[in-house]
Amino acid sequence: MTEQTSDFELVIRPKYGLFDLNWKELKEYHELLFFLALREIKIRYKQTVMGASWAVLQPLFTMVVFTLIFGGLAQMPSEGIPYALFSYSGLLLWIYFQNALTNAGNSLVGNAPLLSKVYMPRIFIPTAPCLAGLADYGIAMTILAVMMVYYQFVPTAAVLLLPAIVFLTLLLAAGVGYWLSSISVKYRDVQFALPFFIQLLMFVSPVIYPTDILSGNLQWLLSLNPLTGLINAHRAVLLGHVPVDYAGLGISAVITIVIFASGVLYLRRTEKYFADLV
Amino acid sequence: MTSRNNKPIIEVKGLSKEYRIGMDRTYKRFTESFTNAVCHPIRTLRENAQPKDTFWALKDINFEVERGEVLGIIGRNGAGKSTLLKILSRITYPTEGEIVMRGRVGSLLEVGTGFHPELTGRENIYFNGAILGMKKREIEDKFDEIIKFSGVEKFLDTPVKRYSSGMNVRLAFSVAAHLDPEILLVDEVLAVGDAEFQKKCLGKMGEVASEGRTVLFVSHNLEAVRRLCPRGILIESGEIILDGSVEQSLEQYLQEGNSRKTEFILKEIPQDAPAWVRRMRVENDSGVPCSSFPVGRPWRVRLFLNVERSETNLSIGIGISKNGFGVGSTWSKPEEYIHGIYEVVLSCHNISLTPGEYSLTVTISSFGGKSFSLRDIIAININPFADIDFSSHRIGYGIIVNPLNIEKIVRVLEHD
Repeated sequence: MTEQTSDFELVIRPKYGLFDLNWKELKEYHELLFFLALREIKIRYKQTVMGASWAVLQPLFTMVVFTLIFGGLAQMPSEGIPYALFSYSGLLLWIYFQNALTNAGNSLVGNAPLLSKVYMPRIFIPTAPCLAGLADYGIAMTILAVMMVYYQFVPTAAVLLLPAIVFLTLLLAAGVGYWLSSISVKYRDVQFALPFFIQLLMFVSPVIYPTDILSGNLQWLLSLNPLTGLINAHRAVLLGHVPVDYAGLGISAVITIVIFASGVLYLRRTEKYFADLV
Repeated sequence: MTSRNNKPIIEVKGLSKEYRIGMDRTYKRFTESFTNAVCHPIRTLRENAQPKDTFWALKDINFEVERGEVLGIIGRNGAGKSTLLKILSRITYPTEGEIVMRGRVGSLLEVGTGFHPELTGRENIYFNGAILGMKKREIEDKFDEIIKFSGVEKFLDTPVKRYSSGMNVRLAFSVAAHLDPEILLVDEVLAVGDAEFQKKCLGKMGEVASEGRTVLFVSHNLEAVRRLCPRGILIESGEIILDGSVEQSLEQYLQEGNSRKTEFILKEIPQDAPAWVRRMRVENDSGVPCSSFPVGRPWRVRLFLNVERSETNLSIGIGISKNGFGVGSTWSKPEEYIHGIYEVVLSCHNISLTPGEYSLTVTISSFGGKSFSLRDIIAININPFADIDFSSHRIGYGIIVNPLNIEKIVRVLEHD
């Protein structure tokens, strides 16, 4: 047997400092994060007839209904582009965010056996569904590509910003997910509040309406919702129909990073007691 | 060898863990406006942080484990064994104290954690391995070994929800058994699977221990603890009662195990019995009340007897039964007792019982008169830790297990 004497020394004490995040440990376990995300992807559409096409059907049907109601009946303005394209390009990112946040928010309680039986960096549990959701996002993107060909839209060079925008959305979903999933370990109320919260959030995000139909004050208020800048920028870089609102995107990025960082701290601070509470 | 190798691999200093009782209530209050918890998490947290009833699951635990030592942790349910392992494996945190561990820790607190019913056996091996702290490379290297040990090769690409519970457990244990940490924490994993698989698991555990790795082992399978661990720690109500050889710890544990009644006290005085038993207890051969005995260890019964009227031929009998089935009875010689109160000690060294639970019946009978009988009033336990005389004999079969003596061994023919 080869003697593997690691210079490892682990000290377990009642309290860690607030900022003791232990990055080394996260690095050591990083493979597990990908396993968790992979598991999430693999089990999502098991034993369904439609399989992964659900990833397309959800935004597609929502878009059709929205186009009939808001685009058709309500004559909602859409920044001068076809309403179907307008709403789908918003829904694409919105549905990613919605699913990622729902799954992240319920992840800790849903994986109670993992919390109480094995050790791993708990932060991976709500992070994994946010990563896994990217697969659905990618699949649903194909429909947008088809629509863009149909309506003859060509993305500009700004499309290079797309990965950054999606990444920020991931951080936002994860950050809010860290807060809510940690709280829900102790207060199950979160499970009831979350769907309701998400539903309301859609109406204060520019998914079905453009930001410019609002008056100045309301627009300013809306820009405090980090999704506003992200969804607008997502639409703009893909379709190139309006210039990218860098100021709005910047505000969103700052708010997102604050939410993410505080979520990480809150989760790392409370995680010691998850196993006792869950 | 570096100098740090001489330090103990695990040091536990002043470890305590406090749990709050009634903690569950906090999330059951649906009537409390849920927006309160969302909008004012801090305030709500504070309100709930008011002092409540608490109890100490562990209190001031101190011990050290040397590299390569195999340590058994023994104790009743709720004694704090599992809490200790949970703290050592970082699942939960101590309230006070400190632990230093100088090696990679792997813990097996439950097999099959993270098994997903929809995933195939193959996928679950990778996933479960990763959860237990294995790297992808490690899992790949050991993959063949794992499936061979589990014996589910044929069903590797079937979702585990189609597995029988036995297959499930076998696969889960196989993954866990191939974990290669320097410190292995094991809790009750041997309580699963059929007898044959349990034997295989025990063998594997022994192998791990003999490779010089440090193992902390919690089990209710006392025989397994005794076989694997030279050292034993006995925990009771969150405190270490004894830290010594596994034999000492087990002996003490089984002594303490007298939660079974060792003494019987009669509540109702019987009418017109010539004599009756007011108190009865079982004790070991040095007179200490006890209810668990190693196979072959003598035990005796002490009776406090009220003799109502003088009898010339009074005989006392002890009946032994197992699961309602009579094993046998032994009787004392008829003797004369005059009216009064007696203390009687009865013993019988000629019968040895196999491990198990037995119940005792006492009967007092006078020649031609009425007899007095108390059925199944005390239970005794014969435990599998055989006494010296029995240690090399097999003790597993049937009820009676007196050793067979060989009178003579003669070699009659030389083999070519």
